[in-house]
Amino acid sequence: MKKLINHPQNVPAEFLAGLALAHADILKVCLDPVYVVRVDAPVPGKTGIVSGGGSGHEPMHVGYVGKGMLDAACPGQVFTSPTPDQIEAATRAVNGGAGVLHIVKNYTGDIMNFEMAAELCQERGIEVRAVVINDDVAVEDSLYTAGRRGVGVTVFAEKLCGAAAQRGYDLARVEALCRKVNGNGRSMGMALTSCTVPAAGKPTFELGEDEMEMGIGIHGEPGRERMPLLPAAELTARMAATILADLPFRGGDEVIAMVNGMGGTPLMELYLVYGELERILRGLRIRVARRLVGNYITSLEMAGCSITLLKADDEMRALWDDPVLTPGLQWGI
Amino acid sequence: MAVGKPEVLKWLEVLQQVYAENRQWLTELDSAIGDADHGINMDRGFTAVKAELAAHPPSEIRSVFQSVATALIRHVGGAAGPLYGTFFLRAAAACPRKTEIEAADVVALFQAGIKGIEQRGKAVGGDKTMLDALLPALDAMRKGLENGCSLAAILDAGAVAAHAGMLATVAMQAHKGRASYMGARSIGHQDPGATSSYLLLKAAADTWRS
Ligand SMILES: Nc1ncnc2c1ncn2[C@@H]1O[C@H](COP(=O)(O)OP(=O)(O)OP(=O)(O)O)[C@@H](O)[C@H]1O
Ligand SMILES: [Mg+2]
Repeated sequence: MKKLINHPQNVPAEFLAGLALAHADILKVCLDPVYVVRVDAPVPGKTGIVSGGGSGHEPMHVGYVGKGMLDAACPGQVFTSPTPDQIEAATRAVNGGAGVLHIVKNYTGDIMNFEMAAELCQERGIEVRAVVINDDVAVEDSLYTAGRRGVGVTVFAEKLCGAAAQRGYDLARVEALCRKVNGNGRSMGMALTSCTVPAAGKPTFELGEDEMEMGIGIHGEPGRERMPLLPAAELTARMAATILADLPFRGGDEVIAMVNGMGGTPLMELYLVYGELERILRGLRIRVARRLVGNYITSLEMAGCSITLLKADDEMRALWDDPVLTPGLQWGI
Repeated sequence: MAVGKPEVLKWLEVLQQVYAENRQWLTELDSAIGDADHGINMDRGFTAVKAELAAHPPSEIRSVFQSVATALIRHVGGAAGPLYGTFFLRAAAACPRKTEIEAADVVALFQAGIKGIEQRGKAVGGDKTMLDALLPALDAMRKGLENGCSLAAILDAGAVAAHAGMLATVAMQAHKGRASYMGARSIGHQDPGATSSYLLLKAAADTWRS
């Protein structure tokens, strides 16, 4: 294992210390239990937005704390969901009296820890609603799985719900928006390499020089199938086809698109994939209204990418353009 | 034999060692069908349990279980934190306020804890989870109790059944948890949670035998 760390066990605490120093104008890091919160929280009367998940996906979630996005984020250990006491403390810290939305990615651990936290908050009289994001088309959604994973759409949901709350949407409206975003967004990812969890010390899986893993999530877990490496045009076409058929997206639709790097892929390659994607979408008369190209929801140093498409309406497009000031996303300010 | 607070504390001390020793193995099992953190999670959890019990020595058996639950819920995260945390919460609630608990109490305590895991995770036997070690173990322990066996024999039967249940997960396809994302590719691998549950029972059988 080759990483810029001191001790594997201390990685989460030490990276948060750095984050706090680097972005003291935007956020602060609370310890015991650990959560990251907007400097000006709680904002009186504003619906609070809290998310969280394992560390190792930066900038998600801690890098999306700030004005116009998350009020707080709860980072767990690397790839391990946060604990109920963290989530409860963060929820209390951001509750401005208007209740709090939990944006939860669909993983067994995250679901159970957020559920236990919501029970604790409700006991204390804080109104909490939870929306579960499950946009990964690589997973079959059936009774025989834990359901689809939450991946790229989480970034869109956090941006759009954060903007809505900043505009003054109440809890029920922000929740409805979050469900709409989740219902209209789909993602799929692929990996060229595995990644190494610091505390585990070696790669989670092995991939041959000429192989790729299609349909991966964001935790270094193996994907849907292993196959020979394809040229970017072909693998983009394959991922796009699976995503497009699933919603389905149709000619005339407008989308917000993301080509996301898994952490170890250069921007050069991500733009190359984006070029392929937009060409495919144009051919189908699907207009890309807004886009993100870069590392937004990563899997440590994994090489590879994911594609997310969100069918956007006027409300979503307007909220997208609202100002946002976080370490990971900023414009309009 | 009856189990008093010293025996309960001894079990937890042994568990901390067992999970530290098996950290690598559990993590390797989890890297085949999960996200390579189960051993790390269990080791971190029971190290926190040890620290909590040392810092705030509980006065009775039931408060030992409560402290264990709190430490696990706060420090483990993942799926295992809420599941094992709920196990000990329910065990605490089912634990009579006695200085020594009998075989029937021990079985009742496991039964309440395992029911809690079923409710929290909504999994059933055959889903390739920790329940595939725990449910057969509970069955075996209940039978032992009905047959008037000693606590040591009851726990041995539980550990043997958990071991068989753990091995049986190899042939199963996962329907719950992270491993379910792999579909049929989850077949052929032993479930990490079933393995940590077997270790939990084995440690009880080993420490509460004399
Ligand atoms: N719904 C469930 N009910 C019972 N046991 C479960 C359930 N889901 C998962 N498990 C058990 O949990 C084990 C995995 O625990 P682990 O500590 O690795 O959590 P995790 O799934 O990796 O959590 P996270 O997704 O937050 O990292 C599995 O091997 C399985 O036995
Ligand atoms: Mg795991």
